Amino acid sequence: MEWEVVIGLETHTQLKTNTKIFSGASIKYGAEPNTQADEVSIALPGVLPVLNKKAVECAIKFGLAINAEIPPRSVFARKNYFYPDLPKGYQISQYELPIVGKGKLTIQIGEQEKTINITRAHLEEDAGKSVHGAIEGMSGIDLNRAGTPLLEIVTEPDMRSAAEAVAYAKKLHELVQWIDICDGNMQEGSFRCDVNVSVRPKGSEKLGTRREIKNLNSFKFMTQAIEYETRWQIETLEDGGKIEQATVLFNPDTGETKAMRSKEEANDYRYFPDPDLLPLEITESYIANVKTGMPQLPEAMKTELEQRYGLSSYDSSTLTNSIAKAIYFKEVADELYELCNSSDYSAKDCAKIANSWISGEFSTALNSRDIPILKFGLSAKWLASLLIRILDGTISRSGAKAIWPGMLAVADAKREAHLKGQDIPEEKQEFSVDKLIEKAGLKQVSDSGAIEVIIDEVLAANAAMVAEYKSGKEKAFNGLVGQCMKASKGKANPAQVNEILKKKLAN
Amino acid sequence: MALNITDIKSIAHLARIEINEQEAATTLTKLSGILGLIEQMQAVDTKDITPMSHSQNVVQRLREDVVTQTNQREEFQKIAPILGNGSGLPAVQDGLYLVPQVIE
Repeated sequence: MEWEVVIGLETHTQLKTNTKIFSGASIKYGAEPNTQADEVSIALPGVLPVLNKKAVECAIKFGLAINAEIPPRSVFARKNYFYPDLPKGYQISQYELPIVGKGKLTIQIGEQEKTINITRAHLEEDAGKSVHGAIEGMSGIDLNRAGTPLLEIVTEPDMRSAAEAVAYAKKLHELVQWIDICDGNMQEGSFRCDVNVSVRPKGSEKLGTRREIKNLNSFKFMTQAIEYETRWQIETLEDGGKIEQATVLFNPDTGETKAMRSKEEANDYRYFPDPDLLPLEITESYIANVKTGMPQLPEAMKTELEQRYGLSSYDSSTLTNSIAKAIYFKEVADELYELCNSSDYSAKDCAKIANSWISGEFSTALNSRDIPILKFGLSAKWLASLLIRILDGTISRSGAKAIWPGMLAVADAKREAHLKGQDIPEEKQEFSVDKLIEKAGLKQVSDSGAIEVIIDEVLAANAAMVAEYKSGKEKAFNGLVGQCMKASKGKANPAQVNEILKKKLAN
Repeated sequence: MALNITDIKSIAHLARIEINEQEAATTLTKLSGILGLIEQMQAVDTKDITPMSHSQNVVQRLREDVVTQTNQREEFQKIAPILGNGSGLPAVQDGLYLVPQVIE
């Protein structure tokens, strides 16, 4: 029988606030145990929750970003259960009236686009942390994390493969960072996913019994966990077994999922509206106000990159992985266009070369240093002053590559000086690319007479290759181009070499 | 909705309240009475009335996202529940609150 897997996600994103959702205690990561656990976090009798404005704004931003309904009223509810890391005996969450209603997120699977429906997103507080094994027969409780604001984002069961689920999770991860509501740090638990998986015979409309894989905090583990779980469910059903609804954990060491000991009556949370919190009213003007503070959204930016800058769908989606990268690209492309200052090159010519350098050499340098673009220290203007010389043919791309390490060294020095609060040394200031081209003799030879001389010499010295080419071996042509470039010490304009060489060989 | 003695015991268990048979029976009578009252109220026509989620018709005020709380761990841990070993000391160690071992 052919099976179909059905997947829905619940994602907990930690909101980028300074303080807890219901009190003024810091949520800074890595503090000594319980030093950020105030009377509200440890639930001393008589304390009352006071809602954090920033957390509400983050939720509204998210609602706007997924084009969701944001109802005028939403209500906080108590989710009741007993666990030592939850000293109140209930978690404040939202149940019947969440802050964000139905919305959509579009993902890209290869060439295909798919829209994932988001059911809702609600605000809630995080629980504390249990520390096991440190003390014989006891568990330690750290309540620093208790009360950290979370936005739980729930999808419809719309995904049909591990690849789709991961594409959605990645897209969501990019989006919450783009709109600056979450730092996206998965190691520190700022973005964690629960994945609901069920299988059914292909063509069936009825959903199978689902098992929920808890707390996945890496995309790699998510893929492994879903693939294992899917296989396990199909095998169980084919062997005549039955799937029991359960919560499972993924073990990265074995690559397997395993059911947790089911908590008795675990799902009887007896939600009810929290009498300590009044209904939250969100007016149209408040939403409009939040909207003005939001950046251009990824979809709109992608469209702009395609229409105004002429980039392909693939290139524009790569650049819109992060808002900083997309903005940097636009700055470089715009600076470059301004430098051209003539009708010789279009904005699209400029965009093409800017994109090729930013996705190539620039990204490589960025990744190897593992720092965000905003802190990289290489101004768009300066990079444009290098790219213009490739564009106008003064230097070849390999010539530009020879200058590049020097520019990176300047950026590195700039960052280091900034870190130490020192001035940037004279020799590490942004130098003039044009002067360096002059000094290092990198100027490309575009004089056709000079190039012809080189080509004639190469043809004379490589009679065998010429014969090969003429006998139909196309590859020999590249070899000849290589020889010409070598003879010119990399300075010949490759496009011209190609053109002249082709003409000469045709004779 | 009619309650039975099993419901009462289950609710008591969920709330971690220990009750004996006698108390369970009394609670059953009391809770059933309350439910009866609610049933009576449900007979009222509320078609055009907006449901309330709070007894006061006011809305939530918001707090600025500014750290106002300082570290009071020492004070709080002085009054933590006492260790069960007869020492009379609060159940804390290395800054952690101690509880009987929780096994997953």
